[in-house]
Amino acid sequence: MREQRRRIGLRAGLLGLVAALAVVAAGCGGDDGEGSGAIEGLGGSIEEIQEMARDEGQVNLVIWSGYADKSWADTFTQQTGCTVNTKNGASSDDMIDLLATGEYDGVSASGNASVRLMERGDVAPVDTELIPNYADVQEGIKNQFYNSRDGEPYGVPHGRGPNLLVFRTDVVPEETNSWNVIWDASGPYNGKLSIYDDSIFIADAAVYLKATQPDLGIEDPYQLTQEQFDASVALLKEQAPNVGEYWPGDVAKQVQSFKSGDSVVGTTWPYQVNLLTADKVPVKAVKPKEGTTGWSDTWMIYSEAANPNCMYLWMNYIISPEAQAKVAEFFGEAPVNTKACELTENSSHCSDYHAEDEAWWNDVYYWTTPTGDCGGTEDDGTCVTQEDWKAAWTEIRG
Amino acid sequence: MVESRLTRVLLRLGAAATLAFIYVPLGVIVLYAFNESVTQGWPIESFSTKWFSVAFEDEDVREALWLSVQAALGATVLAVLLGTAASLAVARYTFFGRETISFLVILPIALPGIITGLALQATYQNVGISFGLLTIIVGHATFCIVVVYNNAIARLRRLAGSFEEASADLGADSWQTFRYVTFPALRSALLAGALLAFGLSFDEIVVTTFTSGAQQTLPIWIFASLARPAELPIVNVVALFVILISIIPIWVALRLASTPDEEGGARAVGAAAP
Amino acid sequence: MSTVDPELASPVEAGLARRFSTFLHRHPRLRLAGLLAGPVGWLVIAYLGSLFILLLSSLWRTNPFTAEVVHEWTLDNFRNLFERDVFRNVTWRTVKMAGLVTLADAVLAFPIAYYMARVASRRTRNILVVAVLMPLWASYLVKAYAWRTMLANGGVLDWALGPFGIDFPGFSSVGLWLVFTYLWLPFMILPVYAGLERLPSSLLEASADLGAKSFRTFLRVTLPLVFPAVVAGSIFTFSLTLGDYIAPGLITSEQYIGTVIYSIRGQALPAAAAFTFVPITIMLVYLLIARRLRAFEAL
Repeated sequence: MREQRRRIGLRAGLLGLVAALAVVAAGCGGDDGEGSGAIEGLGGSIEEIQEMARDEGQVNLVIWSGYADKSWADTFTQQTGCTVNTKNGASSDDMIDLLATGEYDGVSASGNASVRLMERGDVAPVDTELIPNYADVQEGIKNQFYNSRDGEPYGVPHGRGPNLLVFRTDVVPEETNSWNVIWDASGPYNGKLSIYDDSIFIADAAVYLKATQPDLGIEDPYQLTQEQFDASVALLKEQAPNVGEYWPGDVAKQVQSFKSGDSVVGTTWPYQVNLLTADKVPVKAVKPKEGTTGWSDTWMIYSEAANPNCMYLWMNYIISPEAQAKVAEFFGEAPVNTKACELTENSSHCSDYHAEDEAWWNDVYYWTTPTGDCGGTEDDGTCVTQEDWKAAWTEIRG
Repeated sequence: MVESRLTRVLLRLGAAATLAFIYVPLGVIVLYAFNESVTQGWPIESFSTKWFSVAFEDEDVREALWLSVQAALGATVLAVLLGTAASLAVARYTFFGRETISFLVILPIALPGIITGLALQATYQNVGISFGLLTIIVGHATFCIVVVYNNAIARLRRLAGSFEEASADLGADSWQTFRYVTFPALRSALLAGALLAFGLSFDEIVVTTFTSGAQQTLPIWIFASLARPAELPIVNVVALFVILISIIPIWVALRLASTPDEEGGARAVGAAAP
Repeated sequence: MSTVDPELASPVEAGLARRFSTFLHRHPRLRLAGLLAGPVGWLVIAYLGSLFILLLSSLWRTNPFTAEVVHEWTLDNFRNLFERDVFRNVTWRTVKMAGLVTLADAVLAFPIAYYMARVASRRTRNILVVAVLMPLWASYLVKAYAWRTMLANGGVLDWALGPFGIDFPGFSSVGLWLVFTYLWLPFMILPVYAGLERLPSSLLEASADLGAKSFRTFLRVTLPLVFPAVVAGSIFTFSLTLGDYIAPGLITSEQYIGTVIYSIRGQALPAAAAFTFVPITIMLVYLLIARRLRAFEAL
């Protein structure tokens, strides 16, 4: 009797397994990734989009912290009837992940997310005819490898900025102008370093090595040969014990630790510098002489967006002069629509942030995804891949 | 009393120390709710109640609170149904694999939340279920079953099966026996388990992170807001508010404790894990 | 039983329901199947099924560029777990932390649980039960953040300990140990209190009558009898520490099992899935031992 029951139990278990496997197999046959052009449910004209957006009533965005503050998102809601719901991404990897859940309509992607998103087919090309403000975007930022594919624009540029060296001026000398304060193994501020927590930070080590060890021959900090990569990783491993905190895109955390003095020097975004300065914390941020990494972000639309009309309106709104002025000042970046320069509260914002000074950006290396094939930049044209970067970061953190 | 006088004094001191350890940080949270500045420094420079009105007018907070309540109610109902059934089966029948049931029931709460969350997320995505209230409820119910089960089975073990046999002997069928004998005896234990399940679900963040998609429960809202520098004070106000409204279930639990079933009351007061 | 059951109001329905009920009564196996179908179905399909899919995911690889999961079988993810030191270091660090947190919680929980269960008056006991357990209703996140503020340079802890010349290492593994101990303490107090309360006084009195000193009674009678309850509490303190990724990120720059899984899950889901089998194995072993120690009855 018992034996028989056990056999029945086993059979039921097997059935369950088979069912589970079938389910997984069904899930496997998903799409394989090419952007398919037009998005379902999108209006054919600007008027139609505006009308259909009223029915959608909302737009769900994956954003970098501070990219959709109420101070301009509320205006958008008033104009269009689309409520703005946001989710902060901690890193580009995190953003790709969030978008892949299928719950969001769009994303403010940096270069290291955007190229992968295009490749995966998670984002769709945009029809710029339906985004009137696109015409005002700086030409030099349009149709770059990180916001277009085969000449087709994928989304609209948002703004750009550098990752800065930040330090407390009551601890670190005012004239500090080199990354060596965070890389020096016997540095005076060890234990109080604040470092961005993502594998893309390996590029910051590469930028420093490019300047300090020219014989490594680093050209592009995102396309590293094994030797260059190993040198960067070794530098980071040396740094790890001296790091007081790693901040995973968590702006508030870094602001707090600089305020309390638990961190005195580190890498940051201009946003935190704005917040710290507003809080009267004595900090200064510079682009060090070795150059730095940075970002040029793009608003992209999810290929199966549930609210494509609101998303189109958002993409148009965010590059309007009014919104650009607010975003640029709030976050501390350079606008991509220079008409915004006349509207910023600080009339010299655009020149302070080098919006039109292309030479200044020469040694700012925009985030992008490392690829295995780095065609001819080095001897054999093979480089370390994103996968290796990610694995190395876990080891660096130890 | 077996304990000597000295032992009792020492115990009292130890208890006081532990209580202080528990309450000082809570006191700090309460103080910060009245902090005027956006950043949390120490000592607090100036106090204000301005964040209370900001918090109460915040629509996101209200929506998140409502979603949390819905999720917790859904998870509680499921957990009560499933937990009661499992406890009746284990306490009143002998069958092959009975020992395994208690193991199976406890597994979702004994394995770290990140594992449950990741597993459910992988499943939802592979099966193609879209995220929402339902996926949150499924995740929460899974680890809430155990608290109802534990409460119910402890009670059933003390409640002699002979009552139920007597009921059957007197001609009652299964349903009547359950309805008029078993259930009344179980009721307070189930309520205690339900309160605990509600509390567990209400404060859950880890599994929810993986199963909520774009939806925001209160803990998810809190987590997002903690990363936004300007919203820290609102979070502190909301936290204080949640502590205050938790007095309601605690009061209910205490009422339960004053009935013969004390243990259930004690169990019910303690709830909520990430 | 004087109330009229609504089902009896309609004779036809009542007859059907009653016949079904009687049928069930005559077939206990069917009744059992009915009771078990829901919970077992749920836990096996929704829960074990999900864990099984997680296991499958750990056997896949990812596209090195886009990080999309590629459905090709491989054992590389498990091989990496053994070959790369970082996973071993992180596991050991986390297990050590979980053990120390559990130990601290047991030590802190015992006096107050004992006081509540065996010394305090009934009234005091009720108040203490509420006082000990109420913090559990306060948001976990807010408590963790409050601790971050307290541990910060110049925070409450520095402010309180500074005058005594103690410099507490705030953002460190010691700080994290303190925070974890705080967060999970009520999960230990609760079962230990319940266990002590169940102890029959007569046993302790007998021990005293036989001439045992109170410390000896505690060591030889109380502790062995309450031990299963401590183990029951430790399941929570141990497992919660083992998988937490939020508190470690707030308090230290060190990696723990939870933080590693959380940070690699997106771009390397198979690797993350493989790593989850380390805490799963640890907890399964832990639970098997706990069950032998009769801890499940004390939950």
